[in-house]
Amino acid sequence: MKLEGKSVFSGIAIGKCKIFGKKDQVVKRSKVTDTDLEIKRFTQAKEQAKSQLAALYKKALKEVGEANAAIFEVHQMMLDDLDYVESITNMISSQGINAEYAVATTGDNFAEMFAAMDDDYMRERAADVKDISNRVIHILQGGSEQAGLGDQPVIILADDLAPSETVQLDKSKVLSFVTCHGSTNSHTAILARTMNIPALIGVDYPEDAEGHMAVVDGRNGVFLLDPTEEELTKYEALRQEEVEKARLLQELKGKENVTKAGRKIALYANIGGVGDVASVLANDAGGIGLFRSEFLYLETEDYPSEEQQFKAYRTVAENMAGKKVIIRTLDIGADKQVDYFGLEHEENPAMGYRAIRICLDRKEIFKTQLRAIYRASYYGNISIMFPMIISVDEVKAAKEMCATVQEELKSEGIPYGKVELGIMIETPAAVMISDLLAKEVDFFSVGTNDLTQYTLAIDRQNPKLDNIYDAHHLAILRMLQMIIDNGHKEGCWVGICGELGADVTLTDTFIKMGIDELSVSPSMILKVREQIRNSDAK
Amino acid sequence: MKEITYTITDPEGIHARPAGVLVKEAAKFTSKVIIAKDGKEVDAKRILGLMGLGVKCGQEIVLKTEGEDEDAAIEALGKFLEENL
Repeated sequence: MKLEGKSVFSGIAIGKCKIFGKKDQVVKRSKVTDTDLEIKRFTQAKEQAKSQLAALYKKALKEVGEANAAIFEVHQMMLDDLDYVESITNMISSQGINAEYAVATTGDNFAEMFAAMDDDYMRERAADVKDISNRVIHILQGGSEQAGLGDQPVIILADDLAPSETVQLDKSKVLSFVTCHGSTNSHTAILARTMNIPALIGVDYPEDAEGHMAVVDGRNGVFLLDPTEEELTKYEALRQEEVEKARLLQELKGKENVTKAGRKIALYANIGGVGDVASVLANDAGGIGLFRSEFLYLETEDYPSEEQQFKAYRTVAENMAGKKVIIRTLDIGADKQVDYFGLEHEENPAMGYRAIRICLDRKEIFKTQLRAIYRASYYGNISIMFPMIISVDEVKAAKEMCATVQEELKSEGIPYGKVELGIMIETPAAVMISDLLAKEVDFFSVGTNDLTQYTLAIDRQNPKLDNIYDAHHLAILRMLQMIIDNGHKEGCWVGICGELGADVTLTDTFIKMGIDELSVSPSMILKVREQIRNSDAK
Repeated sequence: MKEITYTITDPEGIHARPAGVLVKEAAKFTSKVIIAKDGKEVDAKRILGLMGLGVKCGQEIVLKTEGEDEDAAIEALGKFLEENL
């Protein structure tokens, strides 16, 4: 049987299914005569629940880190929340009902409040309230902690998993998580990512799947129950391949990006927000080669303030602890639109009012961003890169703005660090005058996506053209050589931050062409490192 | 009573973890601590209510303190908001 779901982490798992117990206990309502005693029972159960949670927090701290463990501290606080506690004790004393029922009802009421919120993340918190309530009820009913999983590693099937359930699992016995509910923000999803195991959500598995063989294909979001021999063989081969790859990559962590002949390449990561820094560090990138600053503008309902931007840039700079962080200034317009900018509809937005064109026209926006970046530069190693450049004048105007900002900060007594300035080379015009542009800046970073689109005159968003879109087109490779040579003549370092930079079939070619830096998505870092280390380029 | 207005800049808003830390901070003071959004007020010492406000990035909240140590509370909690949220 083939079922589809949404993948929250890639990979392949093959094994027997284990349905993880639905824990929604049946709670009966009954009358009690001594309500004080009943309240005391509840208070004791609550305290016991808190000490269990404290123990879970310690365990989670070791296994999944502080950020993921924090939820158990929050759970303890929820148990002490006065609204929660008063609701329960009131119910017991005014209605003369048993503690179990009062806890279950209160838990449901708060869960409903969260479930009704207009925010995915907050909706997920309904599960937290239910989880703490179930824990208290379990203790009141005299139950013990969850039973173990058995000897063989299994694929866990569940309605949804609460954090307290997942942390109690013996991780070495879990091949994959498959849940019926949950979202990409759910604890199951977060845990799967931390554990590096495939996970699917939204899979409506049959209740009799217990003990059956299954395949979880996290790459395609497929759950195969009772696979055929043929399917098993195919997936087993794929799984082996992945295991081998993972092992290889793990071995490469901490290694230098150096060719057999001793040439060193800077290997950086592309990120689109503060939250991506964790995966940058986990994948051992040497810095951030492209920090897309658009997220700051896309996530808010009005222009982000200098303070807001400063905080984000500073956080990233500090987390990267002295490693290079290249911030690309605002690249809004084209396929990235923001309402409050009030941009007019364009027939051809890719060639329209966007990026540096907006910044040099609406200078107040540009200045706010540059002030924030320069202020953050005091806290790390920050560089600035301007997108969509087509002329030397644009670069001069942008540099002038940088100089003004520095003057201002100096006169205000605000400290800032040394900032390298560079440009994206993503228009054919910039390529053709790269000799002149190189005199103005410290580095070039080639944006291959737009450069290819403009050079081949192929709209990236038109699927009909996919068959003639050739990322390896000789025109692009020749341009790249020209950019590298022109950059080097003026002492600029040259990198690639477009998708082509992560194309491992070209890594060796790039190095031989003289590339100094490659900036790729965090998950590609180690794969590219492997290619660099296999290259014999001098 | 003291009060200040603050706009949340943390991209995630007041989600579970910061709510927990904020409650802990608020509990250090004997004054009543209120967080209000769009006229709806909650006790900042109660985590469920605070999370229930669903404060997101870019939204404005009002922080109010009332009681013996209201000055110290508004100062410390205001600073806490600026540094963490």
